[in-house]
Amino acid sequence: MPSIRFRLNGVETDIDGDPDRSLLDILRGQLGMTGPHFGCGANECGACNVIVGDRVVASCDAPLWSVADKDITTIEGLGSAQQPHPLQRAFIAEQALQCGYCVSGILMSAAALLMRNPKPSDAEVRAALDRNLCRCGSHNRMVRAVLRAAAEMATR
Amino acid sequence: MTKPAPSPSPPQLPVSLAANPVLSSWVRFSPHGHVMVSPGKVEIGQGIVTALAQMAADELDVDIGRIQMVRASTAGSPNEGVTSGSLSVQQSGRAIRQVCAEVRQIFLGAASDRLGVGIDALDIKDGAISGPGNVRTSYWELADDVQLDREAAPGATPKISTQRVLAGNSIQRLDLPDKVFANPRFIHDQVLPGMLHGRVLRSELSAAILVDMPADGARAVAGLVAVVRDGNFAGVVSETEDGAEAAIKALRKGAVWSAGETLPDEDRLAEWLKAQPAELTVIDKKTASQTNEKKRTIRRQYTRPYLAHASIAPSCAMAQWSGDRVQVWTHSQGVYFLRADLALVLKLPGENITVEHMEGAGCYGHNAADDVALDAVLLAKAAGGRPVRVQWSRGDEMSHAPFGAAMAIEIEADLDVQGEIVNWRHSIWSNGHTARPGRAAQPALLAATELATPFTRYIATNPPQANGGGADRNSIPLYDFPSWQIECHRLLTMPIRTSALRTLGAQGNVFAIESFLDELAAERGEDPVDFRLRNLSDSRAQDVIRLVAKRANWKPDRQAGRGYGLGFARYKNTGAYCAVVAEVEGAEDISVKRLTIAVDVGEAINPDGVINQIEGGAIQATSWVLKEQVRFDRQRITSNTWTAYPILRFSEVPEVHVELIQRPDSEPLGAGEAAHGPVTAAIANAVFDALGVRVRNLPITRDSLIAAMELTA
Repeated sequence: MPSIRFRLNGVETDIDGDPDRSLLDILRGQLGMTGPHFGCGANECGACNVIVGDRVVASCDAPLWSVADKDITTIEGLGSAQQPHPLQRAFIAEQALQCGYCVSGILMSAAALLMRNPKPSDAEVRAALDRNLCRCGSHNRMVRAVLRAAAEMATR
Repeated sequence: MTKPAPSPSPPQLPVSLAANPVLSSWVRFSPHGHVMVSPGKVEIGQGIVTALAQMAADELDVDIGRIQMVRASTAGSPNEGVTSGSLSVQQSGRAIRQVCAEVRQIFLGAASDRLGVGIDALDIKDGAISGPGNVRTSYWELADDVQLDREAAPGATPKISTQRVLAGNSIQRLDLPDKVFANPRFIHDQVLPGMLHGRVLRSELSAAILVDMPADGARAVAGLVAVVRDGNFAGVVSETEDGAEAAIKALRKGAVWSAGETLPDEDRLAEWLKAQPAELTVIDKKTASQTNEKKRTIRRQYTRPYLAHASIAPSCAMAQWSGDRVQVWTHSQGVYFLRADLALVLKLPGENITVEHMEGAGCYGHNAADDVALDAVLLAKAAGGRPVRVQWSRGDEMSHAPFGAAMAIEIEADLDVQGEIVNWRHSIWSNGHTARPGRAAQPALLAATELATPFTRYIATNPPQANGGGADRNSIPLYDFPSWQIECHRLLTMPIRTSALRTLGAQGNVFAIESFLDELAAERGEDPVDFRLRNLSDSRAQDVIRLVAKRANWKPDRQAGRGYGLGFARYKNTGAYCAVVAEVEGAEDISVKRLTIAVDVGEAINPDGVINQIEGGAIQATSWVLKEQVRFDRQRITSNTWTAYPILRFSEVPEVHVELIQRPDSEPLGAGEAAHGPVTAAIANAVFDALGVRVRNLPITRDSLIAAMELTA
């Protein structure tokens, strides 16, 4: 089996294995990263979203070969309780979730949005999150949190 | 005029405490300065654990940071049945308040003995108990000397609202940081030492029979531990998760199934519901001593489809056998009830089974959480004592988990010469709305019906009206009609599996009642707000309607393609009051622009938590109304992907404005289900306002609008 190399949250990572396996399998299985969540396995819900390069990708639908030599950021690489990303701070400040299962994927979609558009409008945030499903109905709070994070980042 | 004071009745323990009276089963003090609080209710993503922690901290006078909430387990938690029905604050919260009030008194007594100071001179601050002359001790210093393994005595008095510090404040949820920083908190993210992975093989066909299952392909997959088969139940156990996926895929390829049960015709659902054998119950009857003569009768029929819980996470469980004892980890809403059903299936005494809760994604009622727990228990039998984690597929979650029941509702009103209601009849045809585990002499778990020696499928029933009812929930009008008869036909067949979905029958019944009233008001040319206020004597009901009308500037001027509608209910007729004004836009496709909501939950323990629940409920209800419908052909559920079962997306979500009426001295009431019925009705009434069309069959889609227009024409 060929070895596939990528940078995961800044760390050089080598994976030996079937290049057709999904990135989500590798992340949750071999690499023990439980932040990206399995929701559907068909790129329909966004719970497993990660950032590859500067694009948000459903890791359940991304074969390993497609991320060779790429930079991958998961929720684990976004921030921590000690050094939170402004989005994470904003989601807590706005109490922007209920069950929270979808939120790691939503944070990654939002982070990818803010990378390419630091001052999004309400409609642009909704468009960027439109492929992420939330069943608890926390959408409006999440949009407010993303706008709050954008505002905070703009003043830094 | 003041009412005479009620005569004092002997003090009674809250219901959950009466059932679990030992104080130490609720509250214990850890040596490290913490307070362990053990509710029997579980976190299902609604923030309930935070609200309960606030109540405990208030009553004990400790910082909320000292409270550690213990996950429910049959190993020792109080048995509070199931976490459902917006009852957690009402039941668990009241019990915890009462327990903590008594515990506080007991410790004050012990402190008084130790410090030689009268109880009345003692003060508690963050668990430190002090008195005049700088004498001090604490809960933790006294803990060894205080016996909490004793039964609660009625008589302890919880604080009055003005003495509480935390309740009534929007404390941040305790579980949120873990979720935002992706610390493993969900059952899906737990890894037990030596853990194996299991998958279950299920056909797309409903109640299918497994005719043949060649297993060579599955056995060839690396890491395979076992192929399991017991009748129509089959699955694999593997060292790895993708090994389990690959093995189940191989097994599926060769499996031969024959069709099980024929499903109804989805295009003739109301006719089908009304034609099935059913048990008829008269839910309520009110007879006026004298009414005006009826001049005419109006009859309307309303329907709602089967609805999926459609949790974002597929259901997941873990199980581990040790001899004839099994440990189960589950996101079930009722650990004791699940244990009872597992005991029936396994033919083991309950004490051999320990069921422990771990958080899952929001479930919104009885989804596959309990089913997957039995799957894990059965597969783990082949794991040689190692734990097995089982997770359902998205397809199975959307097709084999129980659904919220479809309903046909007929309302008939007799009107007098002035068009006033003199008599009201409300009839429901629906499957039962509850088939939760642990309630019957037979199990309600899916795999139990698949075993070689199967249990028959448990036909869903309805809780009694005293517990809020099921299909009949919210079918008794809160309005002051002079006479009525409410009846419910519960189906005795159940080809499509149903069980509790958020609000049970309330969404359908409130949709029907509030749509019908809107129609009557419109026919009289009377404003729908005035019409309702005139027919409601409950002042709290009037307050939420008046408030929502004010906040929504009722009623904004007419604009083409835009409409406004009102909906109101008191959940279960005993819970939270909620009134909604919906603003919709559109012609062929309806979009909901804004929902203005007024709600009264009595004492709001965590106001932001209440608002979050109301917002979420309102958005979920909007999704039900505009998009959701379980689809099926005559053999299988076909809406088994997010494409086939779409839910509301970010770009489609309305603005939601929630206004709380705070009543700190009233009993706290749950908020999670208050909005669904009123939002549903408000949207339907707004559609009529915009387009002049009454849609009486949910969901309100382009198709149902066209069908309704044809009917109108």
